[in-house]
Amino acid sequence: MTSTQEIFQEPEKKIGEVVLEVKDLRTYLYTKWGITKAVDGLNFHVREGETLGIVGESGCGKSMTALSLLRLAPKPAARTVSGQIILDGEDILERPESDMRFIRGQKISMILQDPMTSLNPVYTVGNQMVEALGLYYKDEGSKDIKGRAVDILRRMGVAAPERRVLDYPHQMSGGMKQRVVGAMAISGTPRVLICDEPTTALDVTIQAQYLRLLKQVQADTGVAIIFITHDMGVIAKMCDRVMVMYAGKIVETGDVRPLFKNPSHPYTKALMASVPSMDESHVEKLYSIEGQPPALFDLPVGCRFANRCEFADEKCVAEYPPTFADEDGHTADCWRLEGQWKRVAEATA
Amino acid sequence: MQRYILIRLIQSVFTLIGVSIIVFSLARLSGNPLDVLLPDEADDETFERISELWGLNDPWYTQYFTFVKNASRGEFGPSFKWQGRTAMELVFLHLPATLQLAGFSILVSVILAVPIGVMSAVKKGTLLDTVGKLVALLGQSLPSFWLAIVMIWIFAVKLGWFPTSGRGGFDHMILPGIALGWFSVASFMRLTRSSMLNVLDSEYIKLARIKGLPEWKVIWKHGLKNAAIPPLTVFGAIVVGQMTGSVTIETVFAWPGIGLLALQAVNARDYQVIQAVTMFISVLFIGMNLLIDILYAYIDPRIRFT
Ligand SMILES: Nc1ncnc2c1ncn2[C@@H]1O[C@H](COP(=O)(O)OP(=O)(O)O)[C@@H](O)[C@H]1O
Ligand SMILES: [Mg+2]
Repeated sequence: MTSTQEIFQEPEKKIGEVVLEVKDLRTYLYTKWGITKAVDGLNFHVREGETLGIVGESGCGKSMTALSLLRLAPKPAARTVSGQIILDGEDILERPESDMRFIRGQKISMILQDPMTSLNPVYTVGNQMVEALGLYYKDEGSKDIKGRAVDILRRMGVAAPERRVLDYPHQMSGGMKQRVVGAMAISGTPRVLICDEPTTALDVTIQAQYLRLLKQVQADTGVAIIFITHDMGVIAKMCDRVMVMYAGKIVETGDVRPLFKNPSHPYTKALMASVPSMDESHVEKLYSIEGQPPALFDLPVGCRFANRCEFADEKCVAEYPPTFADEDGHTADCWRLEGQWKRVAEATA
Repeated sequence: MQRYILIRLIQSVFTLIGVSIIVFSLARLSGNPLDVLLPDEADDETFERISELWGLNDPWYTQYFTFVKNASRGEFGPSFKWQGRTAMELVFLHLPATLQLAGFSILVSVILAVPIGVMSAVKKGTLLDTVGKLVALLGQSLPSFWLAIVMIWIFAVKLGWFPTSGRGGFDHMILPGIALGWFSVASFMRLTRSSMLNVLDSEYIKLARIKGLPEWKVIWKHGLKNAAIPPLTVFGAIVVGQMTGSVTIETVFAWPGIGLLALQAVNARDYQVIQAVTMFISVLFIGMNLLIDILYAYIDPRIRFT
């Protein structure tokens, strides 16, 4: 881990073609309380070498969005009821389930939140890497595959990987396990890597190292990253573009700098005000958002943030706002932008 | 691990002492064996002579210590009922029949229960799951002797497909095997199902799918090995349950195993044989549980190192 840490410089960014485009994605959960609209009409894209952040409070549908992209939303409750997931020009929702085996891991992959539980306790780390590599490199012998596992672990900053492959997960620290999970996720050279709060469970210093590793991997491979977090501070460090998610919908998107400079949805402003101070001795929330988000199975007709918004009026309560955009592609769903920004999409709620 | 095994062995000794006290007292509560064993016309003198010969006149503590002393060497003395044979000989004579039946029924239960349990977890809420749950319910609620009698009536008496009783060829094993395995199929299946449901919810299963592993590998490799741990802990109890449960089944089917032996010994108040059978089963039970614990550590590497 030392080498990547010491000679680390911000790697150069090369942003290329759109690899993934998502249109009107809706994943609903059919539960006994009713239909939980966890992902409710998302539109976004991500380019080669780009990092797109998804930020929002817990329960707003970030993980469900991520799983929907892999077509792994928990069955039978969850169903993706509409939309397109266009990966390298092809809608993967149109493909039969049997094809997903060649897409998962090799075209689109994911790092889960909790390294303590994401590795199987009864198999060695090497075993768990090799079984996946064997699928990705069908023609290679087991010796080559093992060599690959060791190489990838080394790339993710795992020291003495030749020995580590023989370890069971419980013999590793949390940070080390998350590196292994990262190594698995990139071992099929995916085009898109989803990171679902990959550092939430880690210590602050380990967190920073891990984020740097991800950036290095991206610079080396050009993988597009979708980075999920509830922490605006991490977004600022990691991402090129960001989408702010609230109650199953994207309420604001834009490049990180302009969005941080000029947050245009009241929810984004509130989120930014609740960023913990960078100074570690002072980590309590400076401001936390009053009230609760609406239940996803009982959504209001109007703006979903209205009940917590200091600016809300009757119109906000009565009608979901359309999407407004400025000239740089910064967009937000908020009635207060009417007249200032261009109306680019009608409300679909 | 060695330390653990040692502690378990010491615990086992205490357990066996407890069992020996209970067995000793219960056997004597059934009454004097001479009342059943001697012909009605036997006179008081014969009665007295045999009592003396078998040590029945000794105070209870002398009898108990003789029992424990002999038992610790694996001896239980001569049988009252089966003259000329020691109690332990009788146990070993009847053991193969019991092992054969128990082995067959365990094999059948595992082969049936594990796949059904796994599949009903995977296909939770479907028809398959409902059928599985129904089988489990019936297995838990229908007493095995009832099932045994009904099966004899239908398959042996009415249809004539299988023999009604006794030990012989493979066809003799089918009905008693099913009757004996019935309960354990149900409990194995329920345990496998609930444990598999837990495992299927876990993050490492999600990760296995994210990697693109085929579904059969996700379930049978990543799922089953983890899900096997809870059912395994009751496996020992079930195996021994098969052997003790065989008292009923062996009686119904006249299967000449240690279950039948135990029943006959109780009827004859043959203390030595009752004690031999019971202590033998207890040792088996304890040994089996120890074995399971070691196996458990083998499956779950987290246990191996602590
Ligand atoms: N397995 C499930 N069954 C029913 N509801 C679920 C399930 N998983 C998540 N949800 C609901 O879906 C919503 C979105 O959850 P999630 O995507 O995990 O949120 P986030 O990752 O943003 O914290 C939540 O309201 C949650 O209660
Ligand atoms: Mg989440």
